[in-house]
Amino acid sequence: MEHTSFGDQRNATFSLAEEDHTLANALRFTLNQDPRVIICGYSIPHPSEARVNVRVQTTGDPAREVLKDACQDLMLMCQHIRGTFNKAVNDSRMKSPPDNDSSQGMDSD
Amino acid sequence: MSDSEPEAMAEADGVPSTKLPPHLELRRTRVLCKVDAPDNTDTIQYSGAYASLGHENSLRFADFCKDFRVDITRISDDDMELDMVGVDPSIANAFRRILLAELPTMAIEKVLIANNTSVVQDEVLAHRLGLIPIKVDPRLFDYLSENDTPNEKNTIVFKLHVRCEERGQRLTVKSNELMWLPKGSEFLKTSESLTSTSKPETYTSFTCSQDSMPEFAGNPIRVYPDIIISKLGFGQEIELEAHAVKGVGKTHAKWSPVATCWYRMLPEVELMEEIEGEKADVLKQKCPAKVFEIEDLADGRKRATVARPRACTLCRECIRDGEDWEKRISLRRVKNHFIFTIESTGALPPEVLFTEAVKILEDKCERVISDLS
Repeated sequence: MEHTSFGDQRNATFSLAEEDHTLANALRFTLNQDPRVIICGYSIPHPSEARVNVRVQTTGDPAREVLKDACQDLMLMCQHIRGTFNKAVNDSRMKSPPDNDSSQGMDSD
Repeated sequence: MSDSEPEAMAEADGVPSTKLPPHLELRRTRVLCKVDAPDNTDTIQYSGAYASLGHENSLRFADFCKDFRVDITRISDDDMELDMVGVDPSIANAFRRILLAELPTMAIEKVLIANNTSVVQDEVLAHRLGLIPIKVDPRLFDYLSENDTPNEKNTIVFKLHVRCEERGQRLTVKSNELMWLPKGSEFLKTSESLTSTSKPETYTSFTCSQDSMPEFAGNPIRVYPDIIISKLGFGQEIELEAHAVKGVGKTHAKWSPVATCWYRMLPEVELMEEIEGEKADVLKQKCPAKVFEIEDLADGRKRATVARPRACTLCRECIRDGEDWEKRISLRRVKNHFIFTIESTGALPPEVLFTEAVKILEDKCERVISDLS
């Protein structure tokens, strides 16, 4: 899945199968935020093939390691988001205990 | 951005990150809604974008944790609204896309029609049944792959048998007529079964009844009631079995766990000068979303204030009448503040849907890491 020229670890294209904008756009964000990255971008070569190509060029570190760190960062952010969200839900439940009158009147049982 | 590294890096360089000048900070954090089009809509992601100004644009994890905030503004059994503050649109959009297309639910995939004399054709009827939300936790089930036999771990069977018996009457068939069959299919496979002495074969092979599972004991699986499936005239009849399996929204929208899920950026309305007297009345009248209110000053003058910026739909009515108004009011959107709405179809409560969506994004990252190692 990694395409890079021999002896040059800094520049590489990673081909991620079964992924789309969902992951690639989020990864592009975390990669761009990394000071070690010169340029990164992604493309979807064909709309009916579930695959994205992520291009990473770094200032010196191996692109593979930088991408791994970007994934790690994204995971840490997700974990923090999940923790914060759960806390917020619990807090709002504490403040107003679940009432049974569904304001939308959508659920009939 | 991994925990401490960039922080150490910035300090090592001896360049403490400076604040951006206000006009650049505005362009970095706000979308400006001008009369003809929104301006400055992109987010500046590159860490070195402001390097020449000595401003570090990279996100430090510690700062992210400090600034990130979630406020629940509304929550009920089937929908919720939350404010997600301090996150990039790429991440918020990932959650939205996962909620719509990648969270599994159960939906009717196979319909075995024994008899259908209604005016709704078989294929249309099957399609309508497929779209009915099933109130069951999909995490209790497995995917049914091509070579699997349908069993109690991957299939839910419903029966529908209705007939209009009254002359001159019309019978409305609603989704609550679908009866759950915890023991699996009741239809026999016809071919060779007559001669064989073994137990007659049905279209599913359940090893045990689903209602003996602790999750469903005393808690039968139901579908969303009150959905009209068909209408029957006198003598018309529908007899069928519907088999529901697990799937995701990108295969077919019937598996999407949300009716819809969207976000909007927080609107921000600023008055660039004092708007008083008659003009204040005009402004209040202009706004269909009732964003502005009039404040009575001590000396009897009236002044316009922004009372409900959140209600602003950015219709731009208030800045439409000439350049004067454009100068008086600045309509903006906060780029990292998302008002996120989730409407569940009923399979899972909305707060569970959101946490599951975040988990799916984590799994995707983990998969990439393990592929690279």
